[in-house]
Amino acid sequence: MEIPYTVQPRPDTGLYNAKLGIWLFLASEVMLFGGLFSAYVLLRTGAEPGMWPHGWLNVTLGTINTLLLALSAITTLLAWAACKVRDFGKFKFFHACTILLALAFLGIKSYEYHDKFIHYEIALSNGTFADGHLKEKSADFDLKKKTGTVTLEGHIVEDRKELMDLRTEEAKSVKHSELVIKAEDIKKMQNYGPWHNTFTAIYFTMSGLHALHILGGTLVIFYLWGPGSKMWKTDPERFTNRIEVSGLFWHFVDLVWIFLFPVMYLT
Amino acid sequence: MQPTVQQFPPFREPQSGHGHDDHGHEHHEPGFWNKYIFSSDHKVIGIQYGFTALAFLLFGFFLMVLMRWQIAHPGQAVPFIGGLLHSVVGTDMAPGVKDAAGNIIGYCISPELYNAFGAMHGTIMVFLGVVPLAFAAFGNYVVPLMIGAPDMTFPRINMASYHAFFLGGVVMFVSFFIPGGAAQAGWTSYSPLASTIPTNGQAFWLVGMVLLITSSLLGAVNFIATIIQLRAPGMTWLRLPWFVWAQFVTAFILLLAFPPLEAAGFLQLMDNVLGTSFFLPTGLAVAGKVGEASGGGSPLLWQHLFWFLGHPEVYVLILPAMGIVVEVIANNTRKPIWGYKSLVYSSLAVGFLSFIVWAHHMYMTGMGQKIATFFQATTMIISIPSVIILTCMFLSLWGGSIRINTPMLFALGFLPMFGIGGLTGLPLGLAAADLYLHDTYYIIAHFHYVVAPGTIFALFAGIYFWYPKMTGRKMNEFWGSVHFWCSLVFMNLVFMPMFAQGIKGMIRRMSDGGINYSAARVPGVIDTLPGSVMELNTWILWAAVGLGLAQIPFIINVFWSIKHGEKVGTNPWDATTLDWHTPTPPPHGNFPVAPEVVRGPYEYNAPGHEGSYAPQAEFPTVAHGHSEHAHH
Repeated sequence: MEIPYTVQPRPDTGLYNAKLGIWLFLASEVMLFGGLFSAYVLLRTGAEPGMWPHGWLNVTLGTINTLLLALSAITTLLAWAACKVRDFGKFKFFHACTILLALAFLGIKSYEYHDKFIHYEIALSNGTFADGHLKEKSADFDLKKKTGTVTLEGHIVEDRKELMDLRTEEAKSVKHSELVIKAEDIKKMQNYGPWHNTFTAIYFTMSGLHALHILGGTLVIFYLWGPGSKMWKTDPERFTNRIEVSGLFWHFVDLVWIFLFPVMYLT
Repeated sequence: MQPTVQQFPPFREPQSGHGHDDHGHEHHEPGFWNKYIFSSDHKVIGIQYGFTALAFLLFGFFLMVLMRWQIAHPGQAVPFIGGLLHSVVGTDMAPGVKDAAGNIIGYCISPELYNAFGAMHGTIMVFLGVVPLAFAAFGNYVVPLMIGAPDMTFPRINMASYHAFFLGGVVMFVSFFIPGGAAQAGWTSYSPLASTIPTNGQAFWLVGMVLLITSSLLGAVNFIATIIQLRAPGMTWLRLPWFVWAQFVTAFILLLAFPPLEAAGFLQLMDNVLGTSFFLPTGLAVAGKVGEASGGGSPLLWQHLFWFLGHPEVYVLILPAMGIVVEVIANNTRKPIWGYKSLVYSSLAVGFLSFIVWAHHMYMTGMGQKIATFFQATTMIISIPSVIILTCMFLSLWGGSIRINTPMLFALGFLPMFGIGGLTGLPLGLAAADLYLHDTYYIIAHFHYVVAPGTIFALFAGIYFWYPKMTGRKMNEFWGSVHFWCSLVFMNLVFMPMFAQGIKGMIRRMSDGGINYSAARVPGVIDTLPGSVMELNTWILWAAVGLGLAQIPFIINVFWSIKHGEKVGTNPWDATTLDWHTPTPPPHGNFPVAPEVVRGPYEYNAPGHEGSYAPQAEFPTVAHGHSEHAHH
């Protein structure tokens, strides 16, 4: 038994099966991310006045990542074009670039995540808030037993609202210094993980899901670039189709980032 | 004209086969595991889905009977299986009942266990019972046959879809046995309730849902691609049997409506496991204590995301069932279905409109008058194509020489039952009436009329109808009609009284069956529940038990008829569509000769043809001796 139109397009639809399949899959992906973007909109519009964060993410790193993905979209297209003109060497080169660009993206993303996980907000018993990056905890540091100290590179504010908008000149000119805080003075200590507030929650969820898509796409492209490229010798047409289908997925993932970047970093 | 009889057991592909096998040139029979568990054949996958879904339906029904016991006799020891219940779910969930001397005389259902049963009954019936049976089982088995395709477009993805479904079912089932028990926040899992009940059952529920959603996503992609790409030559869009159209629209609904719930599932899972606050408002206090969560989330957001799936899901439940009914009616009235094009366009309209009515489930939430007005209008509009579909089915009966058999009985039973379900929904679509009725038993009666004597009757019709194609034998007609008449009577005895209870103000989701609001408990207070309403609980319990007993002939019939049913040919119902013009059961690859479709799906007693029907396809004469198909 053979399924028709696995390689050649069906004349009246002009599509081979996998191409239609990936478009349908992408339609559902649009709804998946659409649901999350709607959640973002509702959480943001429903936030208490002045409590939605601005400027918490590193725009420079975000811009670099945007450029990396844009470049990878170009190399993906060129890799497919190389397959179309039956130039296997060029295909290998361009998709090697795609993989490296994707890994660089994930590397930068991991750095950004790490930066958030070592960033702490500490509510002090005198009613003020210490905010900054963790330098070190003393060996006997224990919040429950109230022993030891924690050292932050940061500053102290009177009101949490001062931590919300970091785009202002005032916020940018804040001097950071080394703060040594005793455990007994700490009411609550929390890093900027997903649990911190609804912004970090939706940021980690959406960018995390997007990063998982990048990872999945990279694995597929790596497979097609490495062991899967054996098919080039036996069935170059089908192999080219695979590059096209995986490329469509890759472009979609890039496109999601094009929306994520302004929504998360720039507003 | 009449195809010759193909014998059961299975037809074997000839050694000189047309087209070669995907898996090389081996022709020996695959082993049990490859044939029935890791099969990529759409027919085997359809049967896998069918059996799994029927098992879950039975299990979900069983949970319901236990709940009905608790409603009729709150706090009293469960007869027969109380001990078993106690040993499975523990003393917290099924505490002992003591007599006057302090001896334990049995075990009853705790309110927590009742809530778990309620949540899991809904989840199992919808996501593990009806949808897999209506969409995945019938769709998988019948759609490729009807359109003249050798298999689904992506057979291995099809297999993965079933395995994801099975795994999801296992996760759901296992959650009964964990400490704290299964999810207890209803099948709708509203936050913040779902994040505050101290059980990991909710996390199991969410993981299970993500697996089920993945499964239906893979299925939906496969169905749409198959219907678009693999139609046989000549099978134009308006020659598709309407069943295929119904499955096509259903697949689109699943493809586009399920992902937002998947997104919502991720978010609620993060709320429950990682401590985020997507759906938890600021200052949320649980048991008098303000929680650790950061707050700032929106409980309404969950409801929007849930019902964005939840309402299209209603049409996922009903459209494939309607598709089955149309096929059975066309076949047994022996004349073309009335208004084929109206049916096609109505199904498309329903599919589209189903995406913009979801918030009529949320009139009670305080989302606002303007939004309620919009959704009230769209809800009234969507009833139009639904009524057109039902009207076409009714009008198809007009002037037909109706052939009564078990599938037809169930299809005919579907019409008034679905009619009751649909019409009683209209007051719920209007915000003003809904405010009164929403949290009462009226709503339970309404949607069960749509899904239980509606969809499930249609599914029974489908099982009796296609059983001869799967096995080469008919199911027993006498026990089939016993099954139908008993089910019809008991279904109505179960659900009809709930309308009365609801209108009288009996609230749903109460583990005590309303006894705390009864006139007997609080005499002299106005608007308490009178004794007549409370008494109905007992009637419903025994009607439900009767409904369970009525399924026994069906279960025996299914297994008994595999070996002992009446032997029939490839086309026992004299049907026109392609599924009846393959060998029985269809071989791997379905059609020994590729069919060429020459006419529409319902040419019964059409002028210009001899015989009572004209098959959709002609089969080119075959060199290899397989000329058992009708050809002109």
